[in-house]
Amino acid sequence: MAFFDIPLPVFMGQLLIGLINGAFYAVLSLGLALIFGLLNIVNFAHGALYMVGAFVAFLLLDIAGIGYWPALLLAPVIVGLFGIVIERLLLRPLAELDHLYGLLLTFGLALLLEGAFRHFYGVSGERYAIPDALQGVFNLGFMFLPVYRAWVIVASLIVCIATWLLIEKTRLGATMRAAVENADLVRAFGVNVPLLVTVTYGFGVALAAFAGVLAAPIYSVNPLMGSNIIIVVFAIVVIGGLGSIKGAIVSGFLLGVCEGLTRVFWPEASNIVIFVVMAIVLIVRPAGLFGKAA
Amino acid sequence: MKLFKTMLLAGAATALAAPALAQDGGGVSDDAVKIGMLLDMSGPYSALDGQGSVVAVQMAIDEMGGEIDGKTIELMTADHQNKADIGSNLARQWSDQNNIDLILGGANSGVGIALQEVTSEKNIAYINNGAATAALTNENCAPETGLHWTYDTDALANGTAVAMVKEGNDSWYFITADYAFGHKLEENAMEAVKANGGTVTGNVRAPFPTQDFSSFLLQAQGSGAKVIGLANAGTDTQNSVKQAQEFGIVQGGQKVASLLLFLTDVEALGLDAAQGLTLTTGFYWDQDDKAREWSAKFEEKHGAKPTMVQAGMYSSALNYLKAVKETGTDEAKAVVAKLKEMPIEDAFSRNGRVREDGLMVHDMFLAQVKTPDESEGKWDYYNIVRTIPGDDAFRSLEDGSCAAVKG
Amino acid sequence: MSQSNPHSAGELSHLADEESEHRTPLLADLRLWAVIGIAFLLIAPHFIYPVMIAKVLCFALFAAAFNLLLGFAGLLSFGHAAFFGFSAYVTGYCLQTLGFTAELGILAGTATGALLGLLIGALAIRRQGIYFAMITLALSQMVYFVCLQAPFTGGEDGLQGVPRRPLFGVVDMTSNINVYYLVLAIFCFGIFIIYRTVHSPFGQVLKSIRENEDRAISLGYDADRYKLLAFVLSAALAGLAGSTKVMIFQLASLTDVQWQMSGEVVLMAVLGGIGTMLGPILGATIIITLQNELAQIGSLTTIVQGAVFVVCVLLFRRGIVGELSHRWNRWRGRSDETTGEEPRTASKG
Repeated sequence: MAFFDIPLPVFMGQLLIGLINGAFYAVLSLGLALIFGLLNIVNFAHGALYMVGAFVAFLLLDIAGIGYWPALLLAPVIVGLFGIVIERLLLRPLAELDHLYGLLLTFGLALLLEGAFRHFYGVSGERYAIPDALQGVFNLGFMFLPVYRAWVIVASLIVCIATWLLIEKTRLGATMRAAVENADLVRAFGVNVPLLVTVTYGFGVALAAFAGVLAAPIYSVNPLMGSNIIIVVFAIVVIGGLGSIKGAIVSGFLLGVCEGLTRVFWPEASNIVIFVVMAIVLIVRPAGLFGKAA
Repeated sequence: MKLFKTMLLAGAATALAAPALAQDGGGVSDDAVKIGMLLDMSGPYSALDGQGSVVAVQMAIDEMGGEIDGKTIELMTADHQNKADIGSNLARQWSDQNNIDLILGGANSGVGIALQEVTSEKNIAYINNGAATAALTNENCAPETGLHWTYDTDALANGTAVAMVKEGNDSWYFITADYAFGHKLEENAMEAVKANGGTVTGNVRAPFPTQDFSSFLLQAQGSGAKVIGLANAGTDTQNSVKQAQEFGIVQGGQKVASLLLFLTDVEALGLDAAQGLTLTTGFYWDQDDKAREWSAKFEEKHGAKPTMVQAGMYSSALNYLKAVKETGTDEAKAVVAKLKEMPIEDAFSRNGRVREDGLMVHDMFLAQVKTPDESEGKWDYYNIVRTIPGDDAFRSLEDGSCAAVKG
Repeated sequence: MSQSNPHSAGELSHLADEESEHRTPLLADLRLWAVIGIAFLLIAPHFIYPVMIAKVLCFALFAAAFNLLLGFAGLLSFGHAAFFGFSAYVTGYCLQTLGFTAELGILAGTATGALLGLLIGALAIRRQGIYFAMITLALSQMVYFVCLQAPFTGGEDGLQGVPRRPLFGVVDMTSNINVYYLVLAIFCFGIFIIYRTVHSPFGQVLKSIRENEDRAISLGYDADRYKLLAFVLSAALAGLAGSTKVMIFQLASLTDVQWQMSGEVVLMAVLGGIGTMLGPILGATIIITLQNELAQIGSLTTIVQGAVFVVCVLLFRRGIVGELSHRWNRWRGRSDETTGEEPRTASKG
């Protein structure tokens, strides 16, 4: 397929679709970056918790009849609380050890969660309907944009910007940033750092669950949905610079678009392109696009 | 190090002296007919295969009274986890340690081909239900031991693609799962479209598995083809069908053709999303009285209507056991030769016979998914449009490429 | 928002290996264990299914190769499946399509592992600790997608029915028993290489880099070159294990290049004991046996493996072998030495 054969509508459509994927990448890598910033842990269970978020939404509807809109708030809260339990029970004892232990533990956790949901729900996927208010399509002239997908972009942009503002512009955010730089000093000022760490983990995990609920109506709710996406998100976080909030958000959207464009020109390479970008970034700028040089 | 070398030599000596495996004589070996099932118990195909297949085969065994002339029928099952190495390892182990007589299953093209290799090497009867690739009776055929029962990529293409071209849907664009199964299905479907006067405007290979088909669908939409052919399966099919709806492809006047669709996929998609899809199936529970009666019994035990794979499992086990009974032996080649003489007619199969290359040729059905209004309830999902006689559905022996048969 | 911790790379393996320094009684035991082990392995196939033990040996070698990197160089690779699996494809292709004899096929696979190790390693050692782990993971995922789409791998179906060609063109390899003894020989060879490496001056330099990279550099060692060499060696041995697996199962499939396989080998090493010679072998034995026992229910395997991981990291960070030798040392220390055991919390770098 040659470059100039691509009709403009298809090209624009792919750009837009890349942006939609980027929205998921951004919310997920944002959570990862937050957690890494404060806990120095690469949360391998992030993909699994994204999946759990989708499942919680599904179960809320299936068991309690609670629909999409409440679930959009409830599922992140529930999964966030679960994250807090994980942090207190499992990650806290490892806090003083090599951070790679955190990676290993969360990897085990990801297997556990995935295995458990596979055991009870199989992997053929559970349906989750698009809420009535978001049914239908916008006719953009060059493509049909499903209303729900437009909503995904808007919702994740809102969440990303709100989180960024929270970190950059509020007192709580300032404390968090300070704790990242020097935890002991912050503690000396009377800040309860362990609590801050716990809350951060809970919040990061809640972001993953939020992405899960957003994803549920688009993809089937599937126990393996997290394991497919997590490695890509890892690469994105590395590209953005581990622990950089801005880097996570920007590179999330950017690489989504990049992946979308690759699908136009060379679909078979679309799975690889993000890793290739990662390799190039590592050679040219090892700390990542937005990371501080180590 | 010296000690080590001595030991190694000693080991090599014992190795050479190892006794050859005892050969089967006539009759039923170890006084039991041993059936092993290798299934997807937890993966993408567990709904259409899995525990339901076990239930189906157990029904066949019960129908034979649990024994053949005083020799008990034993059933073993295992999960191949869609991994060829796990499947072939289990098959080798069953052969070496349990002296297994028949292996059923392999609902995954990779596992299916691996099992075909192992069973033909070990002289075990093998009946595949669920792997789509027609390679099992062509490039990778093993007609003396290995049979392919429920359906194959040829039959799917000849059914759905031909039917749709004849209705005037004569330009196609394919979205293909980018691995051997998808390639084969795409290849067969393209042949069928072209042979019937249609054209192929293009194709795109989607990674396997893919969650988001939107960009591939967009390309298909841009191609202007009348039909978007989906050469994929399982969750890929579910996602692509659902997203085609979302992007207004059907409203835009294009048709979606899912080349491989199972009853469980329709159940997962819901009729709203799946309605109107044309599909080819080897079995539908509501196809006739015999099927209905058996399927009701199956549903009682399993809690769901059988898919074509599960019904095929039942049929293949039942006919295998009948053949063992008639020949009085469980030696693979003898039983398979007998199966090739018998008419295959049961709750699953209409006008069935096993061909020289190992393909079970039987009537297939062209069906259309009902609209929510047409459906009278759960599992009432298909309108059978017409019956495709086996010889039309499957590739003829002359056109096939099974070296062992062609000589 | 934060910086990565530049010196965290070595700490994970700190624990287990410090033991091996004052493990004189067990070192003597190691030889004894080797003799007993080999003797057992020589007769084992006559009462245990040979394919099964061959598989265990193959994964034990894989885990030991991985452990060479983590346990002795302090580098946690989360992408070792790439070497294991890709080499398997190359060996499979050489045997099936190019008609190589067994030893040439395995050699080709091993060389491929080394080459791939050089490529990935050169990129990955630019960063340390968690970055290193994630980069290897991402690059191995790239290898996975290449294997999925490259024409010679057979895509999803993999390479099936790879012939067991005769060794050196003369020794018949079609029987399970013969293949088993070939695998045993390769296993012993691989472990021997690892043992020699760890106990060579090269191994000492690696350890010193792991303990304190800056100091090693200031002493004049080119740390990156040493790390890269260790990486290549580990990748080559992982490739050897992968190539061997093709001889056993006569197939190469995507399973072996998936990131889950990388996780599995980490689990084997962690469970058995990082930085010990016997640990990875024991870990591989346990995990493979477990997989075999739980094969009936695939999801259960995942659950159990996940649980073992969590328990190991929380309670058993030394792994089984590490823990045992630790207790042994402590017991000995109390009974005939008065030196107290130092607290072993790995401090942040």
